[in-house]
Amino acid sequence: MEIQQFRYDNKIVQKFLYATLFWGVVGMSVGLLLALLFLFPKLTEDIPWLSFGRLRPLHTNAVIFAFVGNAIFAGVYYSSQRLLKARMYSDFLSNFNFWGWQAVIVAAAISLPLGYTSSKEYAELEWPIDILLTLVWVAFGWNLIGTMLKRRQRHLYVALWFYLSTFITVAVLHIFNNIEIPVSAMKSYSVYAGVQDALVQWWYGHNAVAFFLTTPFLGLMYYFVPKAANRPIYSYRLSIIHFWSLIFIYIWAGPHHLLYSSLPDWAQNLGVVFSIMLLAPSWGGMINGLLTLRGAWDKVRSDATLKFMVVAITGYGMATFEGPMLSLKNVNAIAHFSDWIIAHVHVGALAWNGFLTFGMVYWLIPRLFKTEMYSKGLSNFHFWIGTLGIVLYALPMYVAGFTQALMWEDFNPDGTLVHGNFMETVQRIIPMYWMRAIGGSMYILGVFVMLYNIVRTVMSGSKVEDELAEAPALARVSKRRVAGETFHGWLERKPVQLAILATVAILIGGIVQIVPTIMVKSNIPTISSVKPYTPLELEGRDLYIREGCVGCHSQMVRPFRGEVERYGEYSKAGEFVYDHPFLWGSKRTGPDLHRIGGKYSDNWHLNHMFDPQSTSTGSIMPSYGWLIRDRLDRGNIQTKMRAMVKLGVPYSEEDIENALELMDGQATQIERNLYADPEFERTYEADKQYALENGLEFIDMRDREIVALIAYLQRLGTDIKLAEPIGGTD
Amino acid sequence: METMEGVASYPMISLLIFFVFFVLLFLWVITASREHIREMEHMPLEENDQPQNTVL
Repeated sequence: MEIQQFRYDNKIVQKFLYATLFWGVVGMSVGLLLALLFLFPKLTEDIPWLSFGRLRPLHTNAVIFAFVGNAIFAGVYYSSQRLLKARMYSDFLSNFNFWGWQAVIVAAAISLPLGYTSSKEYAELEWPIDILLTLVWVAFGWNLIGTMLKRRQRHLYVALWFYLSTFITVAVLHIFNNIEIPVSAMKSYSVYAGVQDALVQWWYGHNAVAFFLTTPFLGLMYYFVPKAANRPIYSYRLSIIHFWSLIFIYIWAGPHHLLYSSLPDWAQNLGVVFSIMLLAPSWGGMINGLLTLRGAWDKVRSDATLKFMVVAITGYGMATFEGPMLSLKNVNAIAHFSDWIIAHVHVGALAWNGFLTFGMVYWLIPRLFKTEMYSKGLSNFHFWIGTLGIVLYALPMYVAGFTQALMWEDFNPDGTLVHGNFMETVQRIIPMYWMRAIGGSMYILGVFVMLYNIVRTVMSGSKVEDELAEAPALARVSKRRVAGETFHGWLERKPVQLAILATVAILIGGIVQIVPTIMVKSNIPTISSVKPYTPLELEGRDLYIREGCVGCHSQMVRPFRGEVERYGEYSKAGEFVYDHPFLWGSKRTGPDLHRIGGKYSDNWHLNHMFDPQSTSTGSIMPSYGWLIRDRLDRGNIQTKMRAMVKLGVPYSEEDIENALELMDGQATQIERNLYADPEFERTYEADKQYALENGLEFIDMRDREIVALIAYLQRLGTDIKLAEPIGGTD
Repeated sequence: METMEGVASYPMISLLIFFVFFVLLFLWVITASREHIREMEHMPLEENDQPQNTVL
């Protein structure tokens, strides 16, 4: 067998590492800004592209896709080549993967703050960017599978199955969750509505966690922990079992994001059961990672990489214990919409994803640049301050979450809410938001220390070169099982069949949960009084989406005594049938809005949007002055309505033709309503007069964005006739 | 589909798929040869820079 010489592509790893570090700083800085906005809501006043609602998805997308994404590629490209004993299949695809990915990120960084968003979590990017993302992802998969096919190492090590399942599943999730009808270059509507959209979104959302934040990192763990500890993984047999059970079970867990919502019970229960089962394979991974170090714990003391990895894997164990616990309905009843969820996310993100990335970086940089880290002391400092940062982030958020949840459900003996004013619950946890901001700052300080350490290391090291390697080409072996070979042994050398089996495994959960929800009509009982949004309300809804209101406000009243007392009748599945996309939300930084319609006057809404603190003392909501000043762009309304008709919303041809008249009528009525407040009349008329006298353009109130938003808010939750008038002040 | 009647066959089928698959998987894992396991688990390690080109 002739020995072939080839070179591992190290330059692509270097590129991805640099990108990881850069976007890590960017993504975490946006996170820190958000943390500060909780404390100083006026910090970015009057700058729409720096408002909380628009920045939140920038933070999540940047840390997930830009920071973690680039880290995944760096680790996968480094380890796959060496596990397969082959250079990446195509240098062109490697570079297309790299530059294409950065292009997606830059497009996100520009479009999200400008308000171009689908509102669906971790899938906010609008349709043209989705398409680019698909192309880049396909290039990645093609490159990876191509390398597998030309490998010189016959059997596929477990890390590679994790990478393969990542590629397949993320592709499936991305495609199905982003099926949307475009209405303009940067705006589209989800083909799903209400309950179905919620289910598809969280099938995607939870499995983005599973197959973007977990499986690739498990693969990296299976490569880099043995490398760093210089010993094999604790149990290869365990790795096989936990791989298959993980990918089988994870997919079904999506509904645990929708417990006590309008999702049908059977789907909720499936989500609960499978989430509990998920504990086993997840801990299989943790056990395998940690016990690899049995008998070698002294190495952890002296090695920063191992320190980071131990905390990472421990954090993984914590988060994957907490997750199943949070999926129990009684626990979820407390945690959902509260800061407990934020704590949970950040334990996973900062410890598992962040620290595993840092551990990998500290291992790779010296090897790529052929030198030691500039300062072991700084590496260790990073470890300690990062760990403390995680603790100081998570613990206050736990306290905040418990506090909110208990205050929301607190009743007086006479049956009234103790904290009828939502703002009381906000103000009570401000000290926790302070501590979280400090914890986050510590974490990011650690990242800056790492950055400095790396810059000094790179400056003193050699240029990165592609590494020379040699191995014989693979001899041809029968496609069938060879004598004495077991089924799995055969599978390990057949990447295509492995991929197909993995695809089947991940599709089952999705099909069983989603197909009946879409096809069985009785899952979403029709409510005859529910009608489509008027054109003005539809535009208002799109403004709600643009400003990212869904990031702080939910629209899902759960069937709990405290919620019904505070908000009104609990939300029914049939109310959301025309909601393309759904807007149930995940977090209550502010109160639920599903029954806000008719509770406050149009004037209240105007004043509240202009200066939230003026109507609601103690509110931390930012002001939306631009909505009160800017003209509503009505140019697209007919295209929007036609798109909705395609999706099954029953607008008549007449409705569409008369859309502008209908909008005018409804908007003029709201303008008239606003005159009820003499203060409004005074200032508005004065503005009008001033503009007239100075020859400036004046936009009538009825033509401004705020009127559309008011129309939408006043419509929310009013479609169903309620049995009794609702009390409660929030 | 108008109602959920008859939908119980879905979960039953998936339970069967799961059960059979994992029983078979478990059996293989238990019976895999030590030699093969040793070879697989050493793949990332430096000592294993010798190319593995065994037929199995």
